[in-house]
Amino acid sequence: MAMSVLLVVMMLCAIIFAAFQGTTAEMSSGLLDGAKDAVGLAISMAGVICLWCGVVEVMRRSGLMEKLAKILRWPISALFPEARKDNSLRGDIAASVSANLLGLGNAATPLSIRAATRLHDISGRSGKASNSVCMLVILGSCSIQIIPATIAAARASQGAANPFDILPAVWITTVLSCTVGIVAGVLLKRVWK
Amino acid sequence: MFWQLITPLLIFGVVSYALLRGVDVFGALIAGARDGLNVLLRIVPALVPLLAAITMLRASGFLDAFSEFSRPAFQWLGIPPECAPLLIVRPFSGSGALAVGVELMVSHGVDSLVGRTAAVMLGSTETTFYAVSVICGAAGVTKTRFIIPAALIADLFGFIMAAAAVRWFFT
Repeated sequence: MAMSVLLVVMMLCAIIFAAFQGTTAEMSSGLLDGAKDAVGLAISMAGVICLWCGVVEVMRRSGLMEKLAKILRWPISALFPEARKDNSLRGDIAASVSANLLGLGNAATPLSIRAATRLHDISGRSGKASNSVCMLVILGSCSIQIIPATIAAARASQGAANPFDILPAVWITTVLSCTVGIVAGVLLKRVWK
Repeated sequence: MFWQLITPLLIFGVVSYALLRGVDVFGALIAGARDGLNVLLRIVPALVPLLAAITMLRASGFLDAFSEFSRPAFQWLGIPPECAPLLIVRPFSGSGALAVGVELMVSHGVDSLVGRTAAVMLGSTETTFYAVSVICGAAGVTKTRFIIPAALIADLFGFIMAAAAVRWFFT
């Protein structure tokens, strides 16, 4: 529903603006050009996305996710007190975080839901999120994937000299914005009960 | 030099590690690529109307006027004002943000400051409202307390940091 409203508002703004600016001809051809470009864009992104999804599947089958989950034990125990003694809970949280890190799109969401559900059940609250649930969802809404493949594919489709040269900038930005999210969570959990 | 080698080295590393562990690498690559096609099939239908609407907004002159209007605030934050539409769409819609980002790459150049900032913003933030509603909805959480404010603070900081990082690395 939100998307439908967004689309209608966008089209309304474009039509009103074009009428006042005298750009109706450009706007009309823009509508068709955009639709045409969407399919072209998808086709030119397809190769990179398929290749990367293949590599991700290789990572999954070779057990890299479990390796990563082991490395994540310490930071997860620090952020989620409930997981310090409960090995299987910590495993669930680690699985969701490492799936996000590796960009396992299809697997990451169900794993995040599983970890959030378990944390929520442990808290014993009816509908209100516990501190740990909040922290997990904040982490899930920060993009922590190491290789942003879709964006690299989009850059490649537009003829970027080196589609991956944005990686260091993406990593610094991700690490700092996740840190800000975690700090905001730690500060807010005291005042927002 | 290093950034040119990172993709081939990374893929080579993953593939040879998997082979040593006895994984059917070729089969996994094909199975993953099939998943990739499914991902594309999911996003293309959404991209068509969204990219059409955004190209309309660009052609009508609305996007230029909008970035001009938001220039003071964005300059204060150090973000290129051209990226303003991306900041608004990003928390609500992943495919919408991709459409806006690609449009910025097309109209300003993929390797321009604006094109790169758009890419880093897309790569380092998430569709916050979607992620929160999906996870909380499925887990049975109805009162989300400070999740949305904290996530949006992180997003805003991510946008500012993306612009700063691109300026730092590429100028």
